[in-house]
Amino acid sequence: MNKRETILMKGADAIGEAAVRAGCSCYFGYPITPQNEIPEYMSRRMDEVGRVFLQGESEIASINMVLGAAAAGVRAMTSSSSPGISLKQEGLSFLAAMELPAVIININRGGPGLGNIAPSQGDYYQATRGGGHGDYRMPVYAPATIQELYDFTMESFDVADIYRTPVMILGDGMMGQLVEPIIVHEREEIDLPPKDYILNGAQERPSRIIKSLILDTREMEEHNWKLKRKYDLMRTLLPRYEEFMTDDAKLVIIAYGTAARIAKGAVKRVRSNGLKVGLFRPITVWPFPDEAVLSLTKKSKVFLVFEMSTGQMVDDVRLAVSGRVDCEFYGRPGGIIPSPQEISRIIERYWMQKEL
Amino acid sequence: MAAKGTITIDQELCKGCELCITFCPEDAIRIADGLNARGVHPAEYVKQHCRACTLCAVMCPEIAIEVYRE
Amino acid sequence: MKKIFSRPECLKPTPFHYCPGCGHSILHRLVAEVIDEMNLRGRIIGIPPAGCAVLAYDYFDIDMCEAAHGRGCAVATGFKRSRPECIIFTYQGDGDMAAIGTAETLHAANRGENITSIFVNNAVYGMTGGQMAPTTILGQKTTTSPFGRRSNVEGYPLKITEIISTLPGAAYVARTSLATPAKVMATKKTIKKAFETQLAGLGYSLVEVLSPCPTNWKISSIESFKYLEERLELEYPLGVMKEVTTEKGS
Repeated sequence: MNKRETILMKGADAIGEAAVRAGCSCYFGYPITPQNEIPEYMSRRMDEVGRVFLQGESEIASINMVLGAAAAGVRAMTSSSSPGISLKQEGLSFLAAMELPAVIININRGGPGLGNIAPSQGDYYQATRGGGHGDYRMPVYAPATIQELYDFTMESFDVADIYRTPVMILGDGMMGQLVEPIIVHEREEIDLPPKDYILNGAQERPSRIIKSLILDTREMEEHNWKLKRKYDLMRTLLPRYEEFMTDDAKLVIIAYGTAARIAKGAVKRVRSNGLKVGLFRPITVWPFPDEAVLSLTKKSKVFLVFEMSTGQMVDDVRLAVSGRVDCEFYGRPGGIIPSPQEISRIIERYWMQKEL
Repeated sequence: MAAKGTITIDQELCKGCELCITFCPEDAIRIADGLNARGVHPAEYVKQHCRACTLCAVMCPEIAIEVYRE
Repeated sequence: MKKIFSRPECLKPTPFHYCPGCGHSILHRLVAEVIDEMNLRGRIIGIPPAGCAVLAYDYFDIDMCEAAHGRGCAVATGFKRSRPECIIFTYQGDGDMAAIGTAETLHAANRGENITSIFVNNAVYGMTGGQMAPTTILGQKTTTSPFGRRSNVEGYPLKITEIISTLPGAAYVARTSLATPAKVMATKKTIKKAFETQLAGLGYSLVEVLSPCPTNWKISSIESFKYLEERLELEYPLGVMKEVTTEKGS
């Protein structure tokens, strides 16, 4: 593949290629639909570039292999889908506690339980609230195009290294399967903090320990506050979002990922009928771009949150607006992908109801 | 003739498990009358019996015993 | 007078927190002696378990990375695959190795993962206070098998070392005991052999070490060493179960 070119690429392959070009040395994963194309792509590609691909015996084993590789100081990634991500929560909690960098791809499917293999956004809480045990947070990117899937996967390795944290890419079955033209490019070199914590044998240096056990309660509290300061820094520096036609919008639809693609189509439709509607799309769902949402309340009086779930991100929106505007919700859980027409009808209904 | 040796016991490390006493072939170690800071009666060396076989040190979980040979 | 026995260099001068007569303390020293003698300190990484030995990193003066309960062999795999030049060992108890971590252990062994596991079998859960282990022997009383382990209720003791010895990826599999000075010294030789197996790139190596837990067996240190030899060794026979000496092709 050339250094920079536009090619048609499937979401799963874009994730894999971005990881390879981001310098991912190790991929560990366990097959689960709808993300099997990621381990399949990596099994071929990592071999080509002489790096490590290993199919673990479970999601639990895979995330712990990632932990070992991260502690050894290399860039490592795993991928899975909802039930598999549940199994990885133990490892995510340990990665957060030990402050180890790693990239976790989460191709969300319908749930709870085995659910189905259709696109869903039912794992927003799990992704944005840590999911595993203990007082931690984790940056979560929610791409809405294959280009973003590529770009954010690549960038997430840097974010992981800068903050020494696991980073999640939250996609859904649609994002994984979609084929779009994208520009594949190399990673831009940036200054990263030195990896002075890694374990590679205590050769001419004092021995090091990587651990999460802190029995002393005062020390544990201090560690929790240290992590909190790091999360506060992320809250300041990491939030990202896209605004589409919000300048004069009386009603703003708020959606992320696949739902945002559908919502954008709906906004274009209702705009052609003269309705002043815009789209706000969180790109990072943790940290949630709450300040940007809050400042939207100055010009728009009605927010409509649309999710492919029974309503999870809507909580974050309501927290951000603190009751300043009406915050309505429309959801289609279970793997249903509504059409832009359906969403535009919902928008029109609220437009009438709210007498905009 | 067997080698002659001696041992030192760090009595503050000793937890009084008595393994050294059990495995010493020369009965060269016994429990002391006094207590250490942990509050246990530590092992003590009864001088001039040792043949530096190291069995006490091999079994001592606390690495409290060092062995010397002539 | 020449000093012929003292603390190994790669153990910090920290007193062990283990109970009087605990096998972990003896085994820590043996592992440290082997690391010193093989001059591995600059390239070895240890993975301590969840359990009494979780604090092993307070004692070993080598690089160490904690693993979640049972995940030692998966974490070790991540290390070894990304740093093949390093020597990687897990230090695991019976629950870690043969209950919660059975899948990680068996699959690492079956892949022929070039790592070493030191498996401490004392047939009881130590840190949590004496509950039944997968290796608790029939009739043995623990706080969760108060009537003695019954095969029809609690099932049979799991001989994971025997199972692993049947796997093609396993290169060196042995069981030793800490019951007597001779067996302690044999254990050290066995650990050395396991590290040599890894250095030669032959595949997975496992040393199961039968070890006393006087506190949770609720007997004295001296009695626990007798129980180890008279009861535990009967259930878990000592010896080398598998030894591969030449590298297999792919």
